[in-house]
Amino acid sequence: MDPPSSLKLLGSWADSHTHRVQLALKLKGLEFEYQEEDAINPSPALLLHNPVYKKVPVLLHSDRPVVESVVILQYIDETWADNPIMPADPFERAVARFWCHFAEDKLAPAVGAVFSSSGEGQKTAVDQVHDNLKLLERELRDGAFKGKRFFGGDKIGLLDIVLGCGSYWLAVFEEVMEVKLVDPGTFPVFHAWLKDFEEQNEVKETIPAIDKLLEYARGIRQMMLSLSNGTSTTAPAAAGTTSAINVAVDGRSG
Amino acid sequence: MAAEAGEVRLIGAWPSPFVLRPRVALNLKGVEYEFLQEKFGEKSELLLRSNPVYKKIPVLLHHDKSVCESMIIVEYVDGAWANSGHAILPADPYERALHRFWAFYIDDKWFPSMFGIAKAETEEAKAESAEQAWAGLKLLEEAFEKLSKGKAFFGGDIIGYVDIALGAYLGWAKVIEQMTGLKLLDEEKTPLLAIWAERFCAHEAVKEVTPETEKLMEFAKMHFGK
Repeated sequence: MDPPSSLKLLGSWADSHTHRVQLALKLKGLEFEYQEEDAINPSPALLLHNPVYKKVPVLLHSDRPVVESVVILQYIDETWADNPIMPADPFERAVARFWCHFAEDKLAPAVGAVFSSSGEGQKTAVDQVHDNLKLLERELRDGAFKGKRFFGGDKIGLLDIVLGCGSYWLAVFEEVMEVKLVDPGTFPVFHAWLKDFEEQNEVKETIPAIDKLLEYARGIRQMMLSLSNGTSTTAPAAAGTTSAINVAVDGRSG
Repeated sequence: MAAEAGEVRLIGAWPSPFVLRPRVALNLKGVEYEFLQEKFGEKSELLLRSNPVYKKIPVLLHHDKSVCESMIIVEYVDGAWANSGHAILPADPYERALHRFWAFYIDDKWFPSMFGIAKAETEEAKAESAEQAWAGLKLLEEAFEKLSKGKAFFGGDIIGYVDIALGAYLGWAKVIEQMTGLKLLDEEKTPLLAIWAERFCAHEAVKEVTPETEKLMEFAKMHFGK
């Protein structure tokens, strides 16, 4: 195993993409140095190692940067073979990658939209989250993940990490926005999976305490509401506020 | 290793750059497959059943299991036929990470800027998209230098993951060049990529599935009114 000092993670404490990498490193039993980054004020190291996107997370392994959380997760899995995150079978890998793509492409933006909108716009965003969760619920109940405890099988895998690190925002937004996102009656299997995931030791050690996330989300929501007149369907993209929540939920910058 | 008849099917359409990607991958692996051409403007029952989430092409059907998303299909083909042809992704995990990163960048940032040129309604918008596309190609030129290590392709001696990701757009890039008079792959701006583009298009695994520029232009005029 590599000496601990060879791994360094540039991340942000409320960023779900950073949590993905932290969780993967924990699951692999790998020690790493952590450097907290401010999304609005990137460090010289961040700009040097991720010049294309200028955002977290960036994993440095012996000073070589790996960028994009799903790319980083696969890099970790392929470099340290114990406790695999990816399935062995090529088809199962393709399925895991597909749903990771779905999580980034459809689910995360929909969840972000719930947070950054109000009124009719928010209702539409909530409906979209529900539509996306329905697809996942179906896959868990009757499809590729039928009968499995986690998306990865008996143990947490790539897709659990990608979906799980981010799904805690659902509970946070439910409380801050007073909307129902994951109703256990409508999404029983997804709800059960999420609760199970959140109970895992490594997950509890990675995800910030719910009250910190609530405080963070409330703070941003207050800022957004005080900038808009509260009746617009989408809050104005004030520099920093939208960017902060985008970074937190789906890793987008700006 | 030839597949049994009906074992491998690809749902696609000839003009689509995304469909080109798995076709090149299957060719590189010497896999025989049935190409199921979708009718433009209609989605077949098979497509809707095989890709209920996105309802988009390409979809690879292998033993009646469906694989969706073009670069995910490419990676699947690389894994499922690991013993045929060349490896599409390199063996080294760090290089694999670089290939995956640049493929992501190409779809996430570069393609929208290229497509932005075609969609632009004003000269200013067109020029802005073109600047973004050239800036992106400069980054890709540097990536090519790093990944190719002086060889012909991003994958070295052989067509690799990033070659397929970027190469798939070359047909449409030529159409946009002809429509706008702008030179996207400019020998002066990105000399390595300009040479690479010719090489990629001339490769036997690519040539036979690449539509002629004139046919693509006709298709664009007919369906997008340009």
